Order: sequence, then structure tokens, then C-alpha cells
Amino acid sequence: MKPIIEVRNLSKKYRVGERDRYLALRDVLSNPFRAVSKRVKQQWEDAEFWALKDITFDIYPGESIGIIGRNGAGKSTLLKILSKITPPTKGWITCRGRVASLLEVGTGFHPELTGRENIFLNGSILGLRKWEIEDQFDAIVDFSGVEYFLDTPLKRYSSGMQLRLAFAVAAHLEPEILVIDEVLAVGDAEFQKRCMGKMDEVSKSGRTVLFVSHNTGALRNLCAKSILLENGKIVSQDNTSIVIDKYLQNNLAKEALYESKITKSSDLFFKKITICDENGNRKGIFLHDEPIYISFNIGFNVSQEKHDYNIFLLVLSSDKSKVFAAESGVIRKENMIIRIEREFLVRGRYTIKAFIHKPQVVQIDIVDDVCTFEVVDNGSKLNVHGDYDYGKVFGKYTWL
Amino acid sequence: MVTENQFEPINQEVEDLKDLYPVEYRIEPPARFSLGLEELWHYRELFYFFTWRDIKVKYKQAALGFLWAILQPLALVVVFTLVFGKGLNVETDGIPYPVFAYSGLLFWNIFASGLQSSANSMVTNANIIRKIYFPRLIIPMSAILVSVFDFVMALVVYSGLLLYYHQSVNLARIILLLPFSLILTVIATFGLGTLLAALNVKYRDFQYTIPFLIQFLMFINPVVYSTSIFRSETAQYVIALNPMAGAINLSRAAFLSSSIRWDLVSISVGSAILLFMVGIYVFRKTEAYFADLA
Repeated sequence: MKPIIEVRNLSKKYRVGERDRYLALRDVLSNPFRAVSKRVKQQWEDAEFWALKDITFDIYPGESIGIIGRNGAGKSTLLKILSKITPPTKGWITCRGRVASLLEVGTGFHPELTGRENIFLNGSILGLRKWEIEDQFDAIVDFSGVEYFLDTPLKRYSSGMQLRLAFAVAAHLEPEILVIDEVLAVGDAEFQKRCMGKMDEVSKSGRTVLFVSHNTGALRNLCAKSILLENGKIVSQDNTSIVIDKYLQNNLAKEALYESKITKSSDLFFKKITICDENGNRKGIFLHDEPIYISFNIGFNVSQEKHDYNIFLLVLSSDKSKVFAAESGVIRKENMIIRIEREFLVRGRYTIKAFIHKPQVVQIDIVDDVCTFEVVDNGSKLNVHGDYDYGKVFGKYTWL
Repeated sequence: MVTENQFEPINQEVEDLKDLYPVEYRIEPPARFSLGLEELWHYRELFYFFTWRDIKVKYKQAALGFLWAILQPLALVVVFTLVFGKGLNVETDGIPYPVFAYSGLLFWNIFASGLQSSANSMVTNANIIRKIYFPRLIIPMSAILVSVFDFVMALVVYSGLLLYYHQSVNLARIILLLPFSLILTVIATFGLGTLLAALNVKYRDFQYTIPFLIQFLMFINPVVYSTSIFRSETAQYVIALNPMAGAINLSRAAFLSSSIRWDLVSISVGSAILLFMVGIYVFRKTEAYFADLA
């Protein structure tokens, strides 16, 4: 069987700063000579940036493939090339089927037009024929649940209704290849569940699906295989669970360490601080339901028994605000380890601040904003709210 | 919820019509120049939808609605009649001034509003361009079709005006020359419109120069005056280089039975086609990168 999508040595180059180029005419007019020479110079100096570099893979009919990677890894560029929005710099793709891409729901929706009119407009922009839209009109309206507002201008819709309508149109595309970019990151829980159901149905109906997401839970459910992109290159291409593990581990492990480069003269000092798992292996990404260990390796310039210093630890969130503090007892051993219990920190990126002190008297060593680690939501109850900021910690509470 | 069997009949039809779509195609770095006519044909319904959207949106919230398509040129004719007709006594070859000016305005408006909206069309539709693929030429093309719609509305008023002034017309001439004039106008507008649309994506400066450009062009076009005021033969040839001058003169020949200089008309047609080709060439050449620049 021939692959439905063949990607060979695909590369895309951007020049850094290219987006601002449209201002250049002013320079050209005001000082033609300088502008031209500046521009030539700039072209030499401009850093080339390869958003994608030598990507090669095959997708066979009926496969659901996930694409995962950090921001800037090249996922969106890959999707844009696949959907013909932007051309590759090198390499090629052969597609054997109609591609419908959903890089956004509701592309082309116009606020002044009614729901009914927008269904037709959006549908045809997505590549549906008029008769196809007419045939599926009732199904689309039914799926969206906005039948009472069909002849109301879209600007009077709530954002949730707009989203439902948009997804309803998109869900009724019948292409051979469906390309989806994190459209599920929006909408309420009920809507997300519906979307997931629909996507599941689509992939089970034998169509080929390419799905880009940060949501590892959704990827696990929908895609048997995944591709991991890092800095524009394919790092891993395997069963989804293996790829996700790699993604989670690869990512931050390098940053999860603090090491003092000099031997300090203070009584006690931090030699090394590591974020790790229970076996002491350095680790940068944790699932929200995994415990996080922080191991402090202490250097001593005084006898271990004859001092009364302890460690004061603060966990900082990505905006550098303090999430919580934890003070140790008096340091009596070289390795002090703290366990942050599972299901405490919500997803997000964290660093730590720590100092060794004699309470209320003196601080003798201090580290600030070191040891980056990330918590990934592996499907908590709050995760259905997508990108909504639901605080820093999972509260301990009971509804009575 | 939608059940599986609701899809079944449609699936069937898609299978049947599969050969309508390119089953296999390549995505490659842009290489040779091509018009992409085949692709435009596949997406032909989008012309209709974009034009329909723009017309709807244009008049949607206006209490007078489509009447504006008629009122705008009418108001302009009143102003022109007062200023140029009554005030300056512009030579019109013996035709009542409103009838004369409106015949020019009919086509001038296609050009002016078509140019304005097509030149800005890529920028105003940037959000769609960045997210979905379709032949980009459809956007400036349908922007011009909106002006053609306005033209049809204004044409109705013009017939009324002709009746009111008891202007005798030659129907055969109208049927022959009016479409010709319309095609000439659309080709010229489209050429300049796509050229400016492509440039506008890269240099936003054009956004600000276009209104000025249009105002300026209006006075070098025989909208408010007749080209016969220029006595010199060379001047006639220079004027004919402007396709809109050709189109306006043709429309006057259609409605007002003024004589036609076919040598001048063919110059206008030639320059319109040249403009058209340059516009499309530049547009197609830069089109692939619109999503990166817009």
C-alpha cells in the first residue's frame, strides 16, 4: 500500500526579523542608498532560522498520527506546509487525498452574518461544495445546538456558541486527510468531550488524522503513533506512549540541576541541588500525580554536629511568585531530600529559591530561581478547562 | 449527536465525485510560474461566497441597504453637475451634464471602489490567509465583483436618468459596447488591483497611498470632462494609454452615440491587458509567501 502522505527532506527556512520587512519602503524612499546598503548588509547578518530541517516520514491511510513538541519545535510550520499555506524551502510532500486542515476553528466567520450564512461561508472556505453543505446542513445545526439562533448575526452569539458552531462545520468535513492543530484547547468541558468523541469517530471511520497537541492525554487517546519534533527535527517516531515519555523526559532534565562552581567559605553551602524521582534520577518533567523529589547536597566547613543551620526552601511559579515554603530541621547529613507530594502542584513551570540560615539570625548561602522543572497535567479534573489558569496548587477541600 | 449513518449517503457521493479533486499532488518549493486556472475552477464557488459575503456585510447594517449603491453615484452626479456643469460649463458635446457625468461615473466607480477594496483585500483577509489554503487570486477578484454588483444597481438609475432627459439611445450599440466597456474596466481594475494587493502585503505604505492615487486618477480620467476638449492628436493617443479613459469613452459611445475611434480603443485594450498580465504575474510570484508576510 502506498503511503497517503509522503514527506521527504522537508525544510523551511525563515529569516529572523522577516515579519517586520513591510516597513522597508519608508527607508527605501527616504534614503535609497543607505536603505539598499543596509538591506544588503542585513541580509548577510540576518540569522537564518530553520523552522524545519530534513523532515522525512510516511503516513499510511487510516493512521492517526500525533505530532508533539515544545513551542517553536516546528509543529505549526509542518502543519502550515501540509495545508499549503506556506511553501517549503526544500524537499517535498506527496499527498494522495484531499487534505482539510483545521488550524483554527471558525476561520472566516464574519460577525455581521447570521449563523446560517456563516455555516455556508465557513464551509466553503474549508473546501466544502455548496451541495455538500446543503446536504449536511441539518446535521451541522443539530451538532452545534444553536438552531434557535440560526438567523441571528454571529456577533450576538456567546463565544461558546460561536465555537460550537465552528466545530460543527469542521466536524462535517469529509476529507481523506484531516489535519488538526490544538483546536481542542478551547471551550468548556462538555464541549471538549464532544470534540474528543467526534475526533475519535473520525479516526475510527478510516480517515487519516494528523493531530498536533500539547495535551498528552488527548494524544494518548486518539493516536496510536506519534512524532516528536525538537528544534525542527524529528527526534522520535514511535508508539505514542513511548514518544510522550521521551518528550516529557528529554525536555527539561538538563535544567533540573544546580551545582556550585566554587567551594564556598561559609559554614555550610549548597554543593548541588537536583530535582529527581524517588530513585534519585534527575528529571525535569513530572506528571501532576507523581511525587517530586528535591535533593540538596550540602558542603560543610564546620562539623556536621556543631551548628544549628537549616534549609529554607521556596518553590517559585513561572511568574516568580512564591507557591509555598518548606523549612527543614537542623542539617545533620550531607543529603537532605524533600518530597513534594503527588497531586499538589498544578501544571506549569517551577523553579526554586533556597537558603541555609539560622532562623532570624543569619543567611549564609542563597540560591534563587534555579532548578527548572515542569508539571504536566495527566488528566486531572481541572484539566478539562484547557488553558484556563486554575491557580498554583490543587486545593485540599471537600464540598459539603 | 450525529450518528454514523447520517454520513453514509454523502460519503457515497464524495466517492463518485472523487475525480473532481486532484487525488495526488505535490507540495514543493515554488518553481515555475503558472496561472493555476485549473485550481481556480475547483474553487469557483468561493468567488460567489466571498462576493456574497462582502455585498451582504457592506449593506447589512445600513437602514437604506442596497439603496446606497444607487444613492452614492447619484449624489456625486448632483455635485458634479453643480460644480462642473453649471459652474464651470464643461464642454460635453451637447449632452445634458448629468447624463454625461453619470455615464463616466458608472465605470469610474467600478475602478475606484474595486481598486480600493482589492488592493486592501489581502490585508483585510489576512486571518483567513494565515489559516487556510485556497487560490489567493479569488480574494482580489471577488472584491472587484462587489463593485460590479454596485455597477448593475447604478445602471438601473442611469436608465431612469436617460428617460428623464429624453436622451435617445441606440439599443444595439448598448448591447454591443456596454459589455465590452465593462470587461475592459474589470481587466484594468483587476490588473492594478492585484498588483497593489501583492505590494500592500509587503509594504503597508500602499494602504495610505491608494486613496490619494484614486483621487488623482479621477482627474486624469474623462469622468467630469470629455476627451474631445484636447484638440491635439498626440494627446488623444496618450490618453488612450489609460484603459479607463478608453472604457469611459466607450460607455459614452454606447449610451450617447458619440463616435468611436477604434485605433484609440485598441491602445486602451492593449494597455489593460498589459496591466492585467503584470498584476497577475507579480501576484502569483509573491502569493506563496503571503501567509508569512501578512
